[in-house]
Amino acid sequence: MTAMTDDTTHAHAHAHAPPPAHAAQPAAQAHGQQHPIKLYLLVWTLLFVLSACSYLVDYFDFHGLLRWTLIIVFMMLKAGLIVAVFMHMAWERLALVVAILTPPLAVLVLMAMMAWEGDYTNYLRVFFFGA
Amino acid sequence: MTAEHVTTEPEMSEETLRSRMLGVVADWSSDQRSFKSASWGKAMMWIFLVSDTFVFSCFLISYMTVRMSTTVEWPHPSEIFALDIGGKKIPLILIAIMTFDLITSSGTMAMAVNFAYARERKKAAMLMLATAFFGAAFVGMQAFEWTKLIHEGVRPWGNPFGAAQFGSSFFMITGFHGFHVSIGVIFLLIVARAVWRGDYDVGRRGFFTSRKGRYEIVEIMGLYWHFVDLVWVFIFAFFYLW
Repeated sequence: MTAMTDDTTHAHAHAHAPPPAHAAQPAAQAHGQQHPIKLYLLVWTLLFVLSACSYLVDYFDFHGLLRWTLIIVFMMLKAGLIVAVFMHMAWERLALVVAILTPPLAVLVLMAMMAWEGDYTNYLRVFFFGA
Repeated sequence: MTAEHVTTEPEMSEETLRSRMLGVVADWSSDQRSFKSASWGKAMMWIFLVSDTFVFSCFLISYMTVRMSTTVEWPHPSEIFALDIGGKKIPLILIAIMTFDLITSSGTMAMAVNFAYARERKKAAMLMLATAFFGAAFVGMQAFEWTKLIHEGVRPWGNPFGAAQFGSSFFMITGFHGFHVSIGVIFLLIVARAVWRGDYDVGRRGFFTSRKGRYEIVEIMGLYWHFVDLVWVFIFAFFYLW
């Protein structure tokens, strides 16, 4: 019965044609995440290369904006690969992806507020203690 | 009628963003379980990981705050974590080795999940043991790093290199991460033993849950392990490289 209701809901969303298999999994479908080993080896290699790149940022002693940009870019690429492939996010339904990946964005708000606060504290320390 | 056919049909053939968004609405409004491709075990692990993300975010953000607000110069991680190898000082090398070690453990974990679903028990268990080995090696290197820094006089309340907050941030962040890795190693060993014995084939009940397990536990525990690697990516970028 559960499966039937699901199918009906789905038929509304995608009128007429049979929905694609992936989009219309019935409720209790527990499918295992199995993907070619080759893909994992590729991601593994990429992570090695990206880590080596971020290490080289320090080794060559880059400074300022270039350093920060490179660190962030390599970090985000690595994080994306781990979440998408190793943690199988790329194959999950969007409902789960949205529920998991959007809440951490709130952290950016806290980060902005604390950066503001930290900057202000620093200003006060310099102003009053002349350090 | 024909117009409708024309507009809807291209959508059917492939998964468009629109159809996936409609899927989100359907999943959340269907008055049933919302996560249709994830079992409750997997969904719960993901929700735990989201909460853990907030914990680590708080640590990293407090580190950012104290580093921004201090007027004393921040110690240079590049020099502090350098090692003498063959009479040459190589910057940050220990941390680089730890990073590669953890990535390698993530690779073996990902493959263990594959073999577990393929019911190749021995291979899956061996790969999980390899993962646990790399994890233990990571904790060992971290212990070495802590010992070295403590000998050099780094304390949570001060250090000879610069800003006092360096020590508290370092011990708090790496300590909490190392704790996660240690728990992961124990978790891995328990699941590897169960897979090796074939507990999930014969339906033996777990010592803690008293319920029959499924091979999916390997994937769920893999999620935890990859998360630990993911957190390290951020710690490496913000604490060691910044």
